[in-house]
Formats: sequence, C-alpha cells, structure tokens
Amino acid sequence: MISFAPVYSFALRLLGVALLPCAVAQAAIPIAHWTQASGARVYLVESPAIAMVDVQIDFDAGARRDPRDKPGLANLMANGTAYGVKARGNAAALDENALSDAWADLGASFGGNASNDRLSFTLRTLTYPDLLEQAVGLAARQMGDPVYPEALWLRDRPKMIASLKEANTRPATIAGRAFAQAVYGDHPYGAESTEESLNRISVADLRALHASALKACGARVSIVGAVNRAQADALVTRLLAHLPAGPCEALPPVPEVAPLGAASEQRIGFASAQAHVLVGQPGIARNSPDFFALTVGNHILGGGGFTARLTEEVREKRGLTYSVYSYFAPGLHAGAFTIGLQTRPDQAQQALDLVREVLTRFVESGPTEKELQAAKDNLIGGFALRLDSNRKLLDNVGNIAWNNLPLDYLETWTTQVQKLTVDDIRAAFARTLQPQKMATVVLGAP
Amino acid sequence: MKHTHRWHYLLKTALAFGLAAWGWAAAGPVPDAPLVRQFTLNNGMTLIVRPDHRAPTAVHMLWVRVGSMDEVDGSSGVAHVLEHMLFKGTPTVKAGDFSRRVAALGGRENAFTSKDYTGYFQQIPAARLEDVMALEADRFVNNQWSDEDFRKELEVVKEERRLRTEDNPHARLGEALNAVAYTASPYRRPIVGWMNDLEALTPDDARAFYRRWYTPANAAVVVAGDVEPEAVFALAQKHYGGIQGPAMPARKPREEPEQSGMRRLDFKAPAEQASVTLAFKVPSLAPAALTGTPDAASRDALALTVLAGVLGGYDNARLERALTQGEDRVADSAGAYCGLSARGPSMCMLYGVPAEGKTAAQVEAALRAQVARIAKEGVQPSELQRVKNQWVAGEVYKLDSVFNQARILGVNWAIGLPLDADEKTIALLREVTPAQVQDVAARYFGDDSLTVATLLPQPLDKARKPRTAPAGMRH
Repeated sequence: MISFAPVYSFALRLLGVALLPCAVAQAAIPIAHWTQASGARVYLVESPAIAMVDVQIDFDAGARRDPRDKPGLANLMANGTAYGVKARGNAAALDENALSDAWADLGASFGGNASNDRLSFTLRTLTYPDLLEQAVGLAARQMGDPVYPEALWLRDRPKMIASLKEANTRPATIAGRAFAQAVYGDHPYGAESTEESLNRISVADLRALHASALKACGARVSIVGAVNRAQADALVTRLLAHLPAGPCEALPPVPEVAPLGAASEQRIGFASAQAHVLVGQPGIARNSPDFFALTVGNHILGGGGFTARLTEEVREKRGLTYSVYSYFAPGLHAGAFTIGLQTRPDQAQQALDLVREVLTRFVESGPTEKELQAAKDNLIGGFALRLDSNRKLLDNVGNIAWNNLPLDYLETWTTQVQKLTVDDIRAAFARTLQPQKMATVVLGAP
Repeated sequence: MKHTHRWHYLLKTALAFGLAAWGWAAAGPVPDAPLVRQFTLNNGMTLIVRPDHRAPTAVHMLWVRVGSMDEVDGSSGVAHVLEHMLFKGTPTVKAGDFSRRVAALGGRENAFTSKDYTGYFQQIPAARLEDVMALEADRFVNNQWSDEDFRKELEVVKEERRLRTEDNPHARLGEALNAVAYTASPYRRPIVGWMNDLEALTPDDARAFYRRWYTPANAAVVVAGDVEPEAVFALAQKHYGGIQGPAMPARKPREEPEQSGMRRLDFKAPAEQASVTLAFKVPSLAPAALTGTPDAASRDALALTVLAGVLGGYDNARLERALTQGEDRVADSAGAYCGLSARGPSMCMLYGVPAEGKTAAQVEAALRAQVARIAKEGVQPSELQRVKNQWVAGEVYKLDSVFNQARILGVNWAIGLPLDADEKTIALLREVTPAQVQDVAARYFGDDSLTVATLLPQPLDKARKPRTAPAGMRH
C-alpha cells in the first residue's frame, strides 16, 4: 500500500487516522472567518501551494428578488458590469474593450452572474504581488463603477433574444421550462426570461439595481488561495471600496414555494429523436433538518452514478436511456426535487412507469441496509475528493458562508452521514416527497 | 456535466501549454516544475506518475492508444461501444460490480473515447490506489460479457447518440462537416458512430476490437496525486506487468490526400439561428519538433496556434470585436480554433452565428476578411503578448486540478508527444514572431483546402408527430 505524506499544502491536515473503519483520514479544513468594519463577512482558506487565488463575493440579490415583470434583471446587472467602468481618481474610464483587454493582459478572469438566491462575482488571478494588486483594483472598479451604456444594452438585447429563441427549439429547454412552471407556479424560482420581458428591461433598471443591491455590509466573501489573513483582509477592503458601505436594512421576505395540491401531467408534442421525461415537486430549503438524510437517500435513489437505483433499473437492466438521474436543489426556499431521463419516443411511457414505480417504492420503504452502507462507504471514503482542489474548496467555503453553516461543518460532515439510519432516510423522504402529487412533463412521446 | 456518464472529448485534443516565465510572469516566483516520471513495465506497458501531495487523493487512468480513427467503415462507433462494455464484467467481477467496488472504495469513475484514444479513470483516496489498479488490470485483459449484455448496452449507446447528436443541430453540422472535409482519413467518421452502423454492430465486432487493440504495448497507466513514483511502479509491475498480449497490429496510415478545391455543404435542421463554420486543412506539430529542431510544417502549426489566439483566444479578441460589435454588426458570436497536434490531421476552424437580418454568407466573408487583414497588415506585438499571457496564466491555473494534469499527460502520451510536451510547446510558441503569424495567415486560408458548412435553420413544426423509431430496432 502507498502511504500518504501528512503534508497538505492547502491546509488539508490530518486530525487522526483510523477514525473510520475504512481508515480514511479525517480531514480538517481550517476556515478563518471575520467581519470587517463595513459589515462584510470574510471566509478564508489559505492554500499556499500554487501562486493563485480564487475569490467569490455573494450578495442577497439573486433572481428570487427580480421584479416579477423583469426576470433575469439581477443576472443582467451582474453580467453587464463588463460593459465598461467610469473614471475614478487617476484611473481613466475603460470601455468594454479596454476592460476586457486589461483582464486578458493580467491573465486573470472576473465576472458576475446571478442564480436563484445569490448574485455573485468571482475573481481568479495569479498572486504575484503586482498582478494581484492590479487584478483586485480592476475587480473593485468593475463591481463598483460600471457604466451600463445604453448602446451596448440595445446591441446585446437582440443577441439574447435570438439565443433565447434558439434555445426554445431544443427539446430539453422546452421540457425544462414546462417543468419549472408546473413545480414552482408563480414563485420566482420558476420565472424565465422571454422576448417581452427582456424588452421591458432598460439600462435605467440595471443602474438602479446596481445602486441598491450591492453594499459592502451585505457582502459575503469567500477566498481560497495563496494569501494569508492580513493579505486577505486588505484584499477584501480594496475589493469592496467602491461600493456603498450601507446600511443593510432587512430586505423584504420572499414567499415560500407552495406545495403542489395535486398531480399534474403535461404531454407536449415535439418532433425529436428522444422524448424527455421529468417528474418532481418542490423539495426542501437548505436549512431543512432533513438535508443530510435526503442527500444520502438521493445518492442511493438517483444521484450516485452507475450504482444508483434509477440507473440500475432504467439503464443497466433495460437499456432504456443513457442518462437518468434524480436530485434535490435546496436553496433559501424549497428548490425542486427532479427526476429526469431521455429515451426513444416509443419507450417514454415504459420509462415513466418504471421511474414512478422505483420512486414510490423508495419513498415507501427507503433504502436497504446494504444500500445505505454502500452509500456511506462511497460518501465518507471519498470525502477528500470533495476538497482536493482550490476550486472545490471554494465551493465548500462559499456554501458555508452563504448558508450560515458552522465553521467546522466540513469536520462534522462525515459524522452526519455516518449516523444516518434507514429509518431516518425513509422518514425524511416520506415527509418531503408525495409521489401521488407530483408534476410530470413528457415531451416528444407519441 | 451533471448527469452523463461516459465522456467524449469530441473535438479538441488541444495541448495545454507549458510553464514559462516571460513578460510579467518573470516578476514573480514560478512554481517548481513538477516531477513527472515515466516507466516501462516488463511487458512494454507505459507508466507515468505525477506526484501532487496537496490532498490525500489520487487519480488512476488507463489509456489505450485506440479511438474512432482505428475503426473501419461499417463498424463506426465500436471503440466507444467497447468502452461501455468494459464495465460489463470479467470472469471474477460480474457486470456492474466494477462500479460498485470503486464506489465502495470511496471512488468516482468514468471513461471516455475520442478519435485518438480511449481512457478509463478512477478518482480515489490515495490509499486505495492498489485496489483500483487490480480492478483495472483485470478488465484490461479479462473483459467478458454475454451477447445479451451487449445488445442491452448498445441500446444505451444509441440513446447517447440521440441525446448528443440527433437532437443537437450543431453536433449534426459538425458531423456532416467532418464527413465532407475528410475523404480517406478516418477522422471523417463520428466517434459515437453512424446510427446505422450501431444498429448493425455485433458482439463479436467489439470482442475482436478488444483483442486486437487492448494489448500492453498499446496502453499507458497514468497516476497523479498523493503518491510516490517508485511505489506506484512496484504496484504497476505487480498488477499490470504480468499481462501478456498480442504484438501491436500494424497501423495503416490512411493519410488524407491533398484537397484541391473548396467544398461546401448545407445542412438543414430545426433551429432558429443559422451558423457557418469554415474548416481549413493545416499542418500538425510533429512530435519530433519537441525533441529536435522543428521542421517547417511544425513551425507553421505553432504560428497558426498563435494566429487562432489572436483571432479568438480571449474575450473580445479580433473576431468578436470585428464581427459582433457596432451598429451594423454581422454576427451574434464568432470564434476561431486551430488544432495543433493529434494522431490524425489538423484543421483551423473559423465560425460564427449571423446577427438578425444578416446571412451566413456575410459572416463567412467577414471571417475571411479578418484573416486577410492579418495577412496584409500583420498583428500588433501587444496582441501577441496578450495571447501568450493567457497561456502562462493557464499553466498556473491548470495545476489546481490533479485530474486535468493526469489527463494532459495521457493525451500527450496517446498522440506520441514527450512528457514535457507542454513546456517545450510553450517555449516554441514564445519564439513565434508577428511576421510568422502574418505569413501563415497569408498561406493557409485560401479556397483550395477549405470546407464551408452552413446550418440552414428549418421551422419547428410543434404539431408534428415525433419521429418514429427506424425499422429494425429492438423493443
């Protein structure tokens, strides 16, 4: 056997060996956390081995807060920071080309986007001192001083509309949209841009949202890379320097996703080589006490690669599909639980019946002891694979920062998985999923 | 991708570029060059080890120098189907148990097939390396399954083709383009295979392909992560070193004859947006160029790579800027890519999506005008520097992924490049001058070696009945 040296440059250190039967080392990731005077919360994992750093800045300004008639606004505001920045002090204004050339010259990348919950900016740069300094300064300007020229928005809007129309010729897009509508109803999690909604958005909207949504006091900054605490603190101060400090009053609450009252089934005619089948319902929010039970249970049901039940039944035993899966999408609200597959149109009904049968049986009976043990072996044994690059660490640190998880979350993760029983999982699925009330979309079946 | 299981690296066997310090990179510390070791086992199998001790994990890959380019007409797709069948058991590991055992070790696994190679991998806690080596060595030599298992898995592969290709107009356009651009080269066939070939594929086709190509002299094991090379060598000798296989079969070169006139194809598919791709035949970088003095063709290949960078290698590079901005912009998007090194021939691709009210012909003309402009006026040293900066930074960022490092070592081995191909390539790219870039822009983008593929969007008839299954399909 090969022994591994207990020196982990990005601070994955051994607490002790043989805490677990399979002798996989328990890893501790020291996460430094502090709050700046501005109110910005900083989370840092020092990873000195490679001369690079990844930074993620999250704000509570994701798509769930988009105006009902302007879905996608937050994302456009974040993306649109690339349209150029104002002059500030000695620094001249940069148009979109000068800005993108400046990033290319630095060999760094920076950009913004919005998901359902978060509006995020991410920076990846080398940490050679002069480069880091310039990259952080440029990121601060792009995040804090964007100009949103009307001509560029009017130029790019038709591109977006054209690509939206293109996407709407694809079976997966059409099925996915119908499914989101059926699961989320009028909750913002189900909102989708349309030609009409894009045409309602003006640069005034982008500027107004930028002015109101991004404040230093609301920023959660996750950092993984070759910077120490003092450098990280200075980096964050500089990064947020062009944003209004605050105050950060409580934001209006966003309604919860309503449970489905009854089953629904949509059959959408479409001339494609495969039918697309989607089945699901609202699932859980990230703060649900059932999070671990559902995560591990779903690994067994349809999340765990070749060995999952759905893959075994639909693909391995019957050859009905290339890809069948299930997942939860826990957010600040109850994201969808989704089962999906694609199959030759004439097999769609057979595959749908099979998926429903597998799901119903799983919700009724839960996993077997053997399946649970296999899932634990995989998840606990492979825990280190979730943390073995800066990129993966950043995902984990960002998750802790955003969801207010304890700083020792990663240290207790394997224990949380280990202590689950078959009953825990069965009970959590029974509380969460109602197979008789799910939304079904079948696109492209005869 | 979240849900798909077998990966293809369909198009780009792009080289990653080696670490080098010039320009601003000289200002800071450059990480030490990693210590990569290569061994040859008793039976001729290659072992490459890349230690990276940041985390107690490792990736174990088995590479076979066989891909869709080694297939023959009528059996297209067999390399990839066989890749699926490697998960279907051996006399001692029954179907599905390979995956169950890797999962029990805490591992993640998958496999991929390209034109040039087939690869299998497991990501595991480093302490489990020997377990996956034993499993992989077993299926490399003992893979065995029933005809019924084959027929079932073939249906899975056909679903994969429907998902990736049949319902994706751009994938179908790319497939059609290769079929027209290449006449004799096996690169003309799709990796996943033509649907009709898949329908006609037999279990014995896959078995014969396995026996012919899965032999130690045609394979390499790549291990990266928290491991020591000498210890890995001992394990590899133990598990792989005793495997005996047939001698390597002779490979027929099947070189593509020189093209002597423009080829065009129109491809109709349900879509909203047209698109156009221009493919120019270009020389490849010869492996010998990385160990000695590059020949003229290799120097041209390097200059073409730099040219592609200037045209489309970063946000707002020349094509984006010229075609997608301004009042009268012709395109919604545009880009360029040049193949540098592969087992088969290389092409430079220029592509674009017309803006509303513009035609594919206008985009085609605009793409060619940008190359012609470089041929006439040359490029700015600042543009060249910008392109090179991207590569240098990319070399540092690439160190973050152990998986990617192993993948790059495997690709380089498969196409016959030395272990330090990245560093050598970067060193050569550094030497490319604006004049060389201008020169290749003038010489390689004429009509005679060009194939133009245009996607003609067809209206979507939502009321139309779904396509019915072709006759002869299993139910």
